[in-house]
Amino acid sequence: MKRVLLSVTGTVLGLVALLSFKSQGQPLVSGALPSAGLPASAGSSAPAGTGQSSAAPPNPTGSTSPASTISKSYLGQAIQTQYGVVQVKLTVSGTKITNVSFTQLTAYDGRSQEINSQAAPILLQETLTAQSAQIDTVSGASYTTDGYVQSLQSALDQAGIK
Amino acid sequence: MTAVAPLRRVEQCMGTVFSIDVRDPVVDPAEIEDVVRWLHWVDATFSTYQPGSQVSRLGRGELTVADCAPEVGEILDRCERLGRDTGGYFSAYPLGVLDPSGVVKGWAIEQASDRLRRAGSTSHCVNGGGDVQCAGDAEPGQPWRVGIAHPLRPGDLAAVVTGTDVAVATSGTAERGAHVIDPHTSRPAQALASLTLVGRHLTDVDAYATAAFAMGPAARDWVEQMPGIEGFAVALDGTTWRTDGLQVGT
Repeated sequence: MKRVLLSVTGTVLGLVALLSFKSQGQPLVSGALPSAGLPASAGSSAPAGTGQSSAAPPNPTGSTSPASTISKSYLGQAIQTQYGVVQVKLTVSGTKITNVSFTQLTAYDGRSQEINSQAAPILLQETLTAQSAQIDTVSGASYTTDGYVQSLQSALDQAGIK
Repeated sequence: MTAVAPLRRVEQCMGTVFSIDVRDPVVDPAEIEDVVRWLHWVDATFSTYQPGSQVSRLGRGELTVADCAPEVGEILDRCERLGRDTGGYFSAYPLGVLDPSGVVKGWAIEQASDRLRRAGSTSHCVNGGGDVQCAGDAEPGQPWRVGIAHPLRPGDLAAVVTGTDVAVATSGTAERGAHVIDPHTSRPAQALASLTLVGRHLTDVDAYATAAFAMGPAARDWVEQMPGIEGFAVALDGTTWRTDGLQVGT
């Protein structure tokens, strides 16, 4: 259960980041942590969110998987933060979280926001080599089938078997 | 904790390589095969390299839009809107002949992702020739990490973009030479080495990347004012820029 709580915390922080996405025009400087743009008080809203989430009555919505593991959804309590109201739905299969989505998100100014789990994308800009960057996939200018990116992608595909 | 092996599928299509990476266990592998078959249908329908494709025949006047699959009309409408969004920099007629390729691949990738979502997947990534649509996170609490191939240093990455439900498209000259045509001049656009756009939906993100790359030095201001779209560029001299909303982390 601890892992569930941590995951919700991270996602709520990501959501708070979304609220400031492209609205401040104040980029973080290079070297800052992705979450460093959050005010310190944002940290206090996250534990509240997790606590309420675990205290909310479970709301199983049945199995979506043909496998023996049953998938259940849990609706967290709507949490008031300084940024607005946030409500999260968790989907858990066995002990594995398979989805975290938002069912409610109201910005601090009272406007309803499109329900959207997109966290603000972060640019990591370092001296990077593909082997050390721990990437999931590669974006590059249209590459041909013999391009190096394809090779890199195929290596990623092979390495993806865990 | 039971680890479930992700499903990976790599397929050559549309003259490039598609990679489908499904991280959650709920998707039937047969659904992924359906997506692959659908991608080949898109290729056969929209290809400008195949003289018998619907788009080739439409371009020669042998078919009307009404004769074609409904998706063809949908794409042409999309092209018109993208042309308006980009001040004419995006065009379905980049060289005067019908060629909606600039939107078809990104659209096909986003549609493939939508099909996987409908099949129950909440965590996957579809990469077609370096244009990427991610759904959800790579793992619970861990956003996708998309490396940006360095256009001037093969094998290196210029940056990594992390995000949830993120679409990433890069336009440039690195691999195929100057293949982006400025429709205003019918000449190759060459001011940037590569331009990466980041947003939510790949159909628009990819087409915008193509159009903005053709804008050259004007791309930055244009991307900056596009809601929901961020950009990162590598210039031919190796310098880089990014839009203000693209936060930098470590």
